Amino acid sequence: MDAIILQILNGLDKGSAYALIALGLTLIFGTLGVVNFAHGALFMIGAFCAVTLNRLLTLSHQVVDETRTDFLGNPLKVDVPYMQDIFGEATGAAIIDWSVPLAILFSIPIMIGFGVIMERGLIKHFYKRPHADQILVTFGLAIVLQEVIKQIFGANPIPTPAPDVFRGSFDFGTMLGFDPNVIIYPYWRLVYFGFAAIIIGAVFAFLQFTTFGMVVRAGMADRETVGLLGINIDRRFTIMFGLAAAVAGLAGVMYAPINSPNYHMGMDFLVLSFVVVVVGGMGSLPGAVLAGFLLGILESFASMNQIKSILPGIDQIIIYLVAIIILLTRPRGLMGRKGVMED
Amino acid sequence: MSKTTLTRRGVLRTGAVAGAGVALPTIFTASSARAFTNEPTGGSVTLGFNVPQTGPYADEGADELRAYELAVEHLNGGGDGGMMQTFSSKALEGSGILGKKVEYVTGDTQTKSDAARASAKSMIEKDGAIMITGGSSSGVAVAVQGLCQEAGVIFMAGLTHSNDTTGKDKKANGFRHFFNAYMSGAALAPVLAKAYGEDRKAYHLTADYTWGWTQEESIKAATEALGWETVEAVKTPLAQTDFSSYIAPVLNSGADVLVLNHYGGNMVNSLTNAVQFGLREKQANGKNFEIVVPLFSRLMARGAGENIKGILGSTNWHWSLQDEGTKAFVKSFGTKYGFPPSQAAHTCYVQTLLYADAVQRAGSFDPCAVAEALEGYEFDGLGNGPTLYRAEDHQCFKDVLVVRGKENPTSEFDLLEVVEITPRGQVEYAPDHPMFAGGALGSCNPGV
Repeated sequence: MDAIILQILNGLDKGSAYALIALGLTLIFGTLGVVNFAHGALFMIGAFCAVTLNRLLTLSHQVVDETRTDFLGNPLKVDVPYMQDIFGEATGAAIIDWSVPLAILFSIPIMIGFGVIMERGLIKHFYKRPHADQILVTFGLAIVLQEVIKQIFGANPIPTPAPDVFRGSFDFGTMLGFDPNVIIYPYWRLVYFGFAAIIIGAVFAFLQFTTFGMVVRAGMADRETVGLLGINIDRRFTIMFGLAAAVAGLAGVMYAPINSPNYHMGMDFLVLSFVVVVVGGMGSLPGAVLAGFLLGILESFASMNQIKSILPGIDQIIIYLVAIIILLTRPRGLMGRKGVMED
Repeated sequence: MSKTTLTRRGVLRTGAVAGAGVALPTIFTASSARAFTNEPTGGSVTLGFNVPQTGPYADEGADELRAYELAVEHLNGGGDGGMMQTFSSKALEGSGILGKKVEYVTGDTQTKSDAARASAKSMIEKDGAIMITGGSSSGVAVAVQGLCQEAGVIFMAGLTHSNDTTGKDKKANGFRHFFNAYMSGAALAPVLAKAYGEDRKAYHLTADYTWGWTQEESIKAATEALGWETVEAVKTPLAQTDFSSYIAPVLNSGADVLVLNHYGGNMVNSLTNAVQFGLREKQANGKNFEIVVPLFSRLMARGAGENIKGILGSTNWHWSLQDEGTKAFVKSFGTKYGFPPSQAAHTCYVQTLLYADAVQRAGSFDPCAVAEALEGYEFDGLGNGPTLYRAEDHQCFKDVLVVRGKENPTSEFDLLEVVEITPRGQVEYAPDHPMFAGGALGSCNPGV
């Protein structure tokens, strides 16, 4: 029982990341009809927004410490962050410590801007082209973006820790009457899950309860009619692209402390996120979220020793196996609508 | 007046006979020495540096390339000579190799076996490389070593730690200076027993490929011999990025030590995840829970950041050693590049010098003569103390370092501190040791 609860918890944060990326993918696909293979790269760029802010906050000047020597025997140059000069040692250190949460604010305008430029500058030229062309150009863009990041930040993962107060893990087991240390869950992953839930809720509320959202939903259902009513649906769809980029970016920012960001992290998530979209049903927002959590939890279960001892290697193929079963039994995915990608 | 009849046919016949006559001595001299692949004919010789320039190990590859460039500079008489000054062999004079200027070409392994083979093949066939060296993964090393054996060139392995490279996949044309998983286990186990006690229960997470398997086998054998018990050993997919679902069950398994048989990105992520779960602050079986990372590298330590502090592991070499060879190399490298070299850079630099020295001593670039010069060769002054290139399996035997993540690093390169230098005698094993069984060295292949 405790192992089951543990793996459900484990699946939640992974599922949160899948759900957030898949949500953005579905938003773009539903509004613009574009299959965006660069979406994983947007997630990665979000994580590097956190890295960049951390670097900016830790910009330092060097002070020579005569009492210590460096590896060549010269007096040691110690880095002192400007933040500590400006705000004092304690406050400066606290600001640096909180760089990841601060990066949320930093990344939103960057990601929206990035998304809008990407849509206006490149993607819009491919609306009327076949899906294969869209896939090629967005995949190419993803490779370019990841190489640019590698050029700037190097190929090594870059540690980007969460604030100190979120270190360690919460003991769920004792709450539920188990022994201590049986069901533990890191604080930051709880924060991630909560954050993902808020973002997902906010996106749904935006689409459901605002006039803008209503027009976008109408445009998703019948773009031509909305256009004939005199509404500039293209402009709104561009904004939705920016929004989807921001959602992926925020998912990346908050993910940075979970796994040190590296240039390849977007690709690691991209393929799985597409499987999530297909399983959830192309174009269905609730489907994407549901499938994200479902596959995240299933993946966790598949990595349990008890299951691996019966089916070795199942943890590597479980997601694809489930995708095959679901597509065989429900070809449109869990919550897919009729007519999407079926023309 | 005499009449000379000069016909076209006559001139050709005379020319052919005369040509054959002139060529005759050369034909005889050529056949008296054995021919071999890419025999250098001009005033220069080309070495092939096959390192990851793209992909996840690109930074490690860049450090290897810096070391190779430094080695070439020193071999050609440039710079301060680095470890050539401290090397016990004095065959190298800074005038290239056998008087030929050393040039090099580079290839990108991408840390993929097929790409690494393709780049090595291209350097041998198109660029005329006489020796291939480098790499940052055992999968790649084994693949390229096999290719070099077929092509008839020497392979001086870079960073490869799997037992198999000089075990079941050993080749007569391949040589490894870097230490291996068995040596890590043999060096680390006594230190672990001393630091954490002999009554410990270990839980292994292991990268599911050749290096991970041999690493797990070696550490298990060495720790169990000292009284530790292995509770569970779980294989994790190489492509895994989030290890939380593998780490979550560890605390409840009865184990009080987690051994991470991971390298590179795997290690950075699994260690970060383990620390996030707060494993290091927990108690199990009435003892502090501990994490062990058997193979450390500085590039990994940088990726893992704060999480590395206090964690025990092993390395082939570290720049803070105080022997003359290390000091000379660190000075040379540090002055040129502004930071200390990594263990990957060290092993690559040393391999280049060892190859050049073997050619010089053999008096020939013939791979079989070079192999013979390296086999059973005892040397010193290259940073690891007295070292033997064992003839039976082409593995170097030398002291192994047990290191710990430093609590108060002075820079981003100063992340590990040496806890113990394990003497060579403690990490030696018989050539027919079961962990290295299978496969045969075969005979050297000069190619052509």
